[in-house]
Amino acid sequence: MNTESNIRLLVDTLTGQREEFLAQWTRTVGEDLRGRLSTAELGRELAELYDAVLTAVGTGSLDSRGEQFAETRSLLVELSRDRARQGFTPTETVRSVFALKEVLEPSLTGDAESARAYLQFGRLLDDLGMLTSEAYLRTREEIISSQAEQLLELSTPVVKLWDGVVGVPLVGTLDSARTQVVMEKLLQTLVDTDSTHAIIDITGVPTVDTQVAQHLLKTVVAARMMGAQCTISGIRPQIAQTIVALGIEFGDIPTNASLSDALRQALKEVALDAEDDVRGLL
Amino acid sequence: MTDRVPVLKIGEVLLVSIQTDLDDQMVLDLQDDLSNRIVATGAKGVVIDISALEIVDSFVGRMLAHNAAVSRILGAETIVVGMRPAVAMTLVELGLSMSGVRTALNLERGLKLLRRIAAGRA
Repeated sequence: MNTESNIRLLVDTLTGQREEFLAQWTRTVGEDLRGRLSTAELGRELAELYDAVLTAVGTGSLDSRGEQFAETRSLLVELSRDRARQGFTPTETVRSVFALKEVLEPSLTGDAESARAYLQFGRLLDDLGMLTSEAYLRTREEIISSQAEQLLELSTPVVKLWDGVVGVPLVGTLDSARTQVVMEKLLQTLVDTDSTHAIIDITGVPTVDTQVAQHLLKTVVAARMMGAQCTISGIRPQIAQTIVALGIEFGDIPTNASLSDALRQALKEVALDAEDDVRGLL
Repeated sequence: MTDRVPVLKIGEVLLVSIQTDLDDQMVLDLQDDLSNRIVATGAKGVVIDISALEIVDSFVGRMLAHNAAVSRILGAETIVVGMRPAVAMTLVELGLSMSGVRTALNLERGLKLLRRIAAGRA
């Protein structure tokens, strides 16, 4: 008994009982997915896949990486992408492929010959299953990285609080990538709005360690070098204690407990400047 | 003879507007020119405009700090104005904080700051 006759046996069985196999496959997978995908849609997907596998096996190959299986592979990648986006678990996704084994088992294990054919076909399905889970993971990773990017953009607004005063409400943990974005945005806004005061509010920053403090200091120094006053506000009691316990030096950088205190201070200075301007005119 | 950065006198203020990237010789010439002009004119303030500079290396950064210190000894306050965001970030990464140098967002604010200093209000 060689591979060729095994394949012929497989193709004959798969072609002969196509309708029954498909119906049972759809039913098995459908039970797993518990109605989160309509039977008609699932049936269409699986029929497409079934025919692609059948065609590929019909050419005499059982190598899932071969050229004959290109269409099967792209169908599987498509399927796992959809599943990943719709929030199905990896098990549910890969089971879609493995369920075909269960379906074929009763009709292909009657005698030794067909059992061998079944085992070979099983190996092919294992390979395809792995391909599916890989594609599923890749899709999830793409989703995660695009979300991380969006988060970076969303989480760093620079708001104008008053004429000449801008504020940066920081929410979440500061790492070097975010610091870079915050710094860039803050400095550009200072130039664009001709503001002399900036307030960085860290109420939404859960913890301040040496790393985060370092990033904050850098931002303040950069703003100062451009000629703006930079205040840090929103330091909670817990965080103040941590800062002192860690021995972090904020030097001569003004800090405030609340945003309103910082804003009041900034407004006072802006008002003084304006007063000086008037005096200069007189 | 290399190019020199012009030092312009406006009232009691000397204005230095750096328009091109500086090589080391220009930096040294500028230091000499500026201190000579402060003494010659008795200027009370110096404004150095670096808004055209896209790159400020540590040498230029130190020059700015050095100039500020020299001018102060000669009785003139130095304001560096118009630093670009990218330049500020680079200097911070280099570890230069230019703590002895006063800065302002733009020329107008720099001149205002000088007037305020002259009036003893800053």
